[in-house]
Amino acid sequence: MPIEILMPALSPTMEEGNVSKWLKNEGDKVVAGDVIAEIETDKATMEIEAVDEGTLAKIVVPAGTEGVKVNALIAVLAIDGEDIDKAGEGVGEEEPAKAETAAPPPAAAKSEAAAPVAAAPRTEIAADPDIPAGTEMVSTTVREALRDAMAEEMRRDGDVFVMGEEVAEYQGAYKITQGLLQEFGPRRVVDTPITEHGFAGVGVGAAMAGLKPIVEFMTFNFAMQAIDQIINSAAKTLYMSGGQMGAPIVFRGPNGAAARVAAQHSQCYAAWYSHIPGLKVVMPYTAADAKGLLKAAIRDPNPIIFLENEILYGHSFDVPKMDDFVLPIGKARIHKSGKDVTIVSFGIGMTYAIKAEAELRGMGIDAEIIDLRTIRPLDFDTIIASVKKTNRLVVVEEGFPQNSVGDHIANQVSQRAFDFLDAPVITIAGKDVPMPYAANLEKLALPNVGEVVEAVKAVTYR
Amino acid sequence: MATAARKAPAKSKSRSDGKSAGLSAPKPVDFTKQEELDAYRRMLLIRRFEEKAGQLYGMGFIGGFCHLYIGQEAVVTGMKMALVDGDQMITAYRDHGHMLAMELSPRGVMAELTGRRGGLSRGKGGSMHMFSKEKHFYGGHGIVGAQVSLGTGLAFANRYRGNNNVTLTYFGDGAANQGQVYESFNMASLWKLPVIYIIENNRYAMGTSVSRSSAETDFSHRGASFKIPGIQVDGMDVRAVKAAGDLATEWCRAGKGPLILEMQTYRYRGHSMSDPAKYRSKEEVQKMRSERDPIEQVKARLIEKKWADEDELKAVDKEVRDIVADAAEFAQNDAEPDPSELWTDIVL
Repeated sequence: MPIEILMPALSPTMEEGNVSKWLKNEGDKVVAGDVIAEIETDKATMEIEAVDEGTLAKIVVPAGTEGVKVNALIAVLAIDGEDIDKAGEGVGEEEPAKAETAAPPPAAAKSEAAAPVAAAPRTEIAADPDIPAGTEMVSTTVREALRDAMAEEMRRDGDVFVMGEEVAEYQGAYKITQGLLQEFGPRRVVDTPITEHGFAGVGVGAAMAGLKPIVEFMTFNFAMQAIDQIINSAAKTLYMSGGQMGAPIVFRGPNGAAARVAAQHSQCYAAWYSHIPGLKVVMPYTAADAKGLLKAAIRDPNPIIFLENEILYGHSFDVPKMDDFVLPIGKARIHKSGKDVTIVSFGIGMTYAIKAEAELRGMGIDAEIIDLRTIRPLDFDTIIASVKKTNRLVVVEEGFPQNSVGDHIANQVSQRAFDFLDAPVITIAGKDVPMPYAANLEKLALPNVGEVVEAVKAVTYR
Repeated sequence: MATAARKAPAKSKSRSDGKSAGLSAPKPVDFTKQEELDAYRRMLLIRRFEEKAGQLYGMGFIGGFCHLYIGQEAVVTGMKMALVDGDQMITAYRDHGHMLAMELSPRGVMAELTGRRGGLSRGKGGSMHMFSKEKHFYGGHGIVGAQVSLGTGLAFANRYRGNNNVTLTYFGDGAANQGQVYESFNMASLWKLPVIYIIENNRYAMGTSVSRSSAETDFSHRGASFKIPGIQVDGMDVRAVKAAGDLATEWCRAGKGPLILEMQTYRYRGHSMSDPAKYRSKEEVQKMRSERDPIEQVKARLIEKKWADEDELKAVDKEVRDIVADAAEFAQNDAEPDPSELWTDIVL
């Protein structure tokens, strides 16, 4: 069988090209690798090489022909022992027409573009575990809760280890890993050089091999050095591998504004990471949530972004004294029930919501506060159920306003519960400025309780 | 040290033999008949597979980017011959040869190239993103240099588990200028991780020659600041690669930490399918093909030693072509992924 040489596609977007020159004549012998012709595309002149050995029996599209469609027959190659005249027979005469109507690339022809695209599947997320009556509640700082969560999971599973800057000998830049080196040793509590991009990649590689790293960033501001590994390697591998291989890894550390550390150290990444399919993003407020969710994050087979807050590290909350207190990722918590307005917040944003709620109560407004706890997947069921009850929604966060978490919630609520809204959704965020250093300016750049109170008054028409 | 692809042999030699642990490239050890035949067959499979991939790209069956490995076959083949079960491999986007070397199914690789459901990533990864946990192949990465940190992490896991396996981390002369490569070198050396950094120096980072991109063009010295010794290897001679691979795997398994192997190699084709390769002369390519071709070298030895005649080698070629034809046939006719695949494998 003679071999048909077709007009090749020479770039991802090429549909047609010009046959500018033939470097072999009819009757010439060719071996694999010989350049037989030059093809001009819109970007460049490319050479086509013979893939098989044989004799060029017939040139169908002569040099100088323009607009030759990809996959059109341009020449015929007779392989060993074939009659050249016979191989070329019958082709050529009708070819110009054939070139015009060359078949589209086979892949496109087979596509099922018209098939309905399945919707994103819904996953049911379990409710919080029951805390048995009489369980002792222990006042615990967020800092201790995080440490306890890591220590408990490291005792439970030898594949869990912590790495990061100053996590071992120094006991943690913010003392979150205090005592871990003493209990687990340097094999499992690993001080890294200052090398975020590198150690994030090392962590992801270890996770791909089946270990369960907890990678601490001294702050998430520094994780921008590592964001390629977090997004391109950690978040996408499961999908790109067709489910064969993922990265069970937790990236954790303080996020958002602390106090007086200015623009480069004061930024909230909740919205950034929540943009990425393949990641889960957790941002707790209370110590109990910090503990239960960090334990869940370490056990989760997916890459998790666990956003903490330096200011909250020292805040104390009741944590149930239980052997294994694990909370569901992806479930919001109703912090306080109410009927007049829904205030949604997360992380340190909760501090504004809680103070505002107390003020509002004094004005006779009964606000419901929802603590998201997880930013991705986002628990819209809880938000929408609340909005259906209160008909009013205010979202509070410290991050920048454009494309914020609040923006996304407002958009989704307007699509899913528009008829239940009695007022436009108000989103409160940090101001659209880099964080200033001066104390007064910093205060102005962050949200405040007064803004929340005013927003609630606006949506309740008070 | 075998020569040929070298630019400044005198300079390289004196420094290769120098301070870092006194390592120099081992002399290529003659292969047995079985090893020569094995290397011939493995390299030929890659060559024929890549030629077919280029052809299918031209026909529109393969989309997007497609980077062929033709010319560099000896590197992955020789290194694979130095591995034991459980050793891992990770590389960048010019990865088809690495996968075939790690014995991933040609059908699975080709069907992934055509974006079909029988592809190794079920059609969701493409040319640059394929993986096999079973065969210890960890990708297939599209971001230049990212695989170096990841490979260092694989080695971290081996050391953590104390399993005595090593990780081959491949990257090119282009990636060798990425920052995270050096961050990884530092940690690998600090923690004595069992990782072999294999720099496939094919002389061009896309269209930029080594001399235009790199202040230090002897890549075996790139670990000097991290006390990682390096060796320059004739990457066109599969025996030289195998000898270097034996030395390096032994080095790592002895707990001595990482090692760099600069493989001096050459790619015949463009950077990707859409590269007209105007940055080098035809003569340069032709010279490498005719004088240094890794497959022809083995073939010549087989014939010279009368270990095989032309007919026997033709039969190997036929067998390899049949495997590739079968893979191509499968890849062209397999169904596209079910639309429901859009939403699977995002999170577990």
